[in-house]
Order: sequence, then C-alpha cells, then structure tokens
Amino acid sequence: MSDNPDFTPNEMMTIAASRALRNDDVCFVGIGAPSAACNVARLTHAPDITLIYESGTIGTAPDVLPLSIGDGELCETAVTTVAVPEMFRYWLQGGRISIGFLGAAQLDKFGNINTTVIGDYFHPKTRLPGGGGAPEIATSSKEIYITMAQTRRGMVEKIDFFTSFGHGEGGDHRKRLGIDTAGPTLLITDLAIWKPDPATKEFTVVSLHPGVTRQQVQETCGWIVKFAEALDETPAPSELELTTLRDLQARTKAAHEGSGKAKAA
Amino acid sequence: MVKFLPLKQAVAENLHNGDSVAFEGFTHLIPTAAAHEAIRQGFRDLTLIRMTPDLIYDQMIGMGMARKIIFSYVGNPGVGLLRRARDAIENGFPRSIEIEEHSHAGMANAYEAGAAGLPCAVFRGYRGAGLAAVNPNIKSVTCPFTGEVLAAVPSIRPDVTFIHAQKADRKGNVLVEGIVGIQKEAVLAARRAVVTVEEVVDNFDDLHPNLTVLPRWTIAAISVVPGGSHPSYAHGYYARDNAAYLEWDEIAADREKFQAWMQANVIEKSADDFAARVEHLRKAA
Repeated sequence: MSDNPDFTPNEMMTIAASRALRNDDVCFVGIGAPSAACNVARLTHAPDITLIYESGTIGTAPDVLPLSIGDGELCETAVTTVAVPEMFRYWLQGGRISIGFLGAAQLDKFGNINTTVIGDYFHPKTRLPGGGGAPEIATSSKEIYITMAQTRRGMVEKIDFFTSFGHGEGGDHRKRLGIDTAGPTLLITDLAIWKPDPATKEFTVVSLHPGVTRQQVQETCGWIVKFAEALDETPAPSELELTTLRDLQARTKAAHEGSGKAKAA
Repeated sequence: MVKFLPLKQAVAENLHNGDSVAFEGFTHLIPTAAAHEAIRQGFRDLTLIRMTPDLIYDQMIGMGMARKIIFSYVGNPGVGLLRRARDAIENGFPRSIEIEEHSHAGMANAYEAGAAGLPCAVFRGYRGAGLAAVNPNIKSVTCPFTGEVLAAVPSIRPDVTFIHAQKADRKGNVLVEGIVGIQKEAVLAARRAVVTVEEVVDNFDDLHPNLTVLPRWTIAAISVVPGGSHPSYAHGYYARDNAAYLEWDEIAADREKFQAWMQANVIEKSADDFAARVEHLRKAA
C-alpha cells in the first residue's frame, strides 16, 4: 500500500511488540495496543499464533481489530468459543496461556499496573473501568508483556492502585506471595524496549527505537530510567510490517465508523 | 413454568424495587430492551449485578435506579469510561451508590457457584491485587489437601436475571449461541429468569446436540423482541453497532444531554422500536 519509509512512534511500538510474539504462543490479548500487535504478528511472522480474547474466543483471526473484546468476528473466526467461566477457570487458571498481553493506564518501574482509579479508591479523582480480566491474567499467564505509549502521567514512580500485580516492590516479591509465574518480562513503549533487571526486576531500557534519544525516554517517564550497558537500536519497521499494520488499521477504521455496514458473511 | 408475555408485563411481574438483578451479556446479546423497559417502569433501589456494566447500567445509574453495583469492568468496551457511572461514583450524582468490585475471574466463578448451589466460589485469584484490600467480600481459604491459599468470594444469587437470546421454540426452550458469555450461569444462579428472544421457531429438532439450550422450566418468562439487544448484537441476526457505542461517550458526558436522550430514546419508546434500530445491521442474506 504505502511506499512511505517514515513511520510514527506508535507504529514502531506496535510492530516492536508484534515481533516479541512467536508462532507457537498462546496469547491472552488485551484490547487496544496489545490487540493490534498480536494481530500484526499473526498476519506476518506468526500465522499460527493462538489469540484468545476474554469473551471466550480461542484461536481467533479477525480481519479487522475488534472494538470490544466480544465483537462478533472474534467468534466467527475462532477455533472454538467457550463460556466465560470456562475461559478463566480451564484456560487461564489452568495454565494454558504462554503470554498475557496487557496495556496500562498507569505503570510503575516494576510492571505493576493500575487501570482502576486515579486518586483514592473510595473517593476517586477519576474512576477508570477497572481490572476486568487483568488481575488474574497478570498472575496466571506464564509471562506478561506490556505495551503503552510513554507519558509522565502514565509511567509513574508510584501507582495509585494495584489493579494487576507485576513484580510488586521488586526482587522476589511475586514468589513471596505464592505467585509462581514469571510476571512482566517485556515492556514495549513508543520509544524503547524494556526488560526487567534479573535481580531487582526493575524495567531497564535495552533497546531504543530508531532516532530516539535517552533524554526523550527520560523526559516521558516519571521514574529515573535505567539503561542497559549495551544498548541496542530497535530495527526499523519493514515494508511488510508497516503495510500490514496500516492496512489492518484502515480496515478497522472503515468497519467501526460505518458500523451500519455488516460485512458479507 | 415459562410464560410467553409482552415485555412490559414480563418485567412488571418479575422485577421489584429493591431487587438484586443481573442484566447479563458479555458484549454480545446484551438485554437492552429489557433494561429500557425497567427504566420506563421506574424501579428504585436496585442492586445491579453485571461483569461488564456498559451502556444499560450507565443509563440505569444515570436515572437514579441503582443503590449498589456489583461488577468487574465498569467501562464502555473499546471506547473508554462510563460517564454516568463515574458521575455517581465520583460525585454522588444523581445519587451515591455503593460499589462491590471484582475481577472477571471473581465474578465468573461467583456466578458459576451460584448456579451450582454453592455458598462461595474458590479459585486462584486476586494475588497481589489491590481489590482484595478494598472489597471485604474477597477473602481466602486454605486448601485442606495441599495447603495452597486460594481466593474465596460469595456466590452470586440474583433475585432475577434478564438475558437476550437468539431464539425460543414454541415450548419455551431457549437457544444461546456465539459468545455465550455468562448467561447460562446467570440464569441458573437466579431465583427467576426473563429472556427476550429474536424469534420463536417451531422446534429445536435440527440443532446440534451440544448447543447451549436453557430448558423451559429454568425460565419464568419469554418476550419476543426482535433487535432487543441493540446496540449490542445477536450472532446470526445483526452486527454490533460500534458507532452507537462511540456516540454514547458524548451523550453520557453531559447530564442534560443524557436526560434528553433518555427521554427521546427510552421513556417515549417501547420494545417495538428495537426491530427498526437493527435493520441496517442485519447481514446480507
């Protein structure tokens, strides 16, 4: 479609996130940025990836990105669709999910996520939608990937509410709570790729996206950023990746705005 | 035994002020027509239960009908926040409401326990989650066999559950297919259940034997309301009106705009108006 070599930071984020997924992953997909990344992976290097949305759709392959986790196309293209209790009991709690892919309203350096409230829980400044499936996705998936655009309001020293537990206060905090899954192992933002320090579990920048400086990463992050000694540069999006993402987003936009037009079955 | 009733009568016979009520549907098959009928009849002091209270609970909360909500995701799926619910929680407008918040896993397990006749649900959940500290109904039990500490929540037993389904047969058995969500559990957990359906067919003889069918003796009343799920969707009948979900964000953002919309689109309308709302969303045959 496009022969424009330029790309936006958000496109770089989605594409970098998509690259982290493997063909044999079983991925529990959060809505928004994670959903775009997971479907780009499926449409490029990971055609057999199993995408699961919490509405019970297992092995889904939508042509457009769903607006909600329960859009009809998820069910129509799924290998099977199960009831919500089965989704959470057998498939998530049962340990079948390799990657839980989450977004965040607020994130701290240990990968703890807040999507519940800004301010005090009982007297909130802003009441956000809440956790939905995330509290158990965060602890029952074998690993957690997080993706979000960087802002100082979003990436904060201290989150207002622990919706989904990451590494808590760092170190072996998960283990101390009896959580035996790995937790957040990857953070992909619009500027960089981050991985937790093996000992402290603090997210550390391991790769800067093309053209991004350390200062930019620090200016859009509310905590003092740690950088790996050997800092990589994220490969720029390939033509195929960019075209796949843009086509997907164009189809999605057309489908949602003209939602009167049901697709031919 | 199930009765086929006009929606107005089905709601009047089965819902009462002060009831705990679940209008369930997980994005798909949301019982909008039943909720709008409840709004027209002006019930008060309801405890509204739902995993994903979306537009219909935003509307009921905005109309001052809810005393309490029990939920796990109080958002407009894919769009953002529920602005009437926020106004109630943040500002006590039009009245303050009590909230009991869970995760999806917590709610799903609690409904299943309700359907199973158990007093509580036990599952591996809420580990490290802040909800356990602010919701006194999230407790823990220790497995007597392994010593593992597990989460426990009370089962959900609504006074009445409303769902929307694709079809009933003439005897009143009900078929739900597609994203089946939590509806079967919500019906079996409740004391009474009311189902709106797209259509009634002679029989279910040609159905696959493992489809989700609720036998007629699990349901109090059925009302035929084509389009009754709009702006949600009915798999096989019409698509989700995503544009309406996007528009709601703007309508609900303003107290007066919300009231005007409710007057024009709910108070002055009836269940018969739903069919026309989904005409443009029906799939090409």
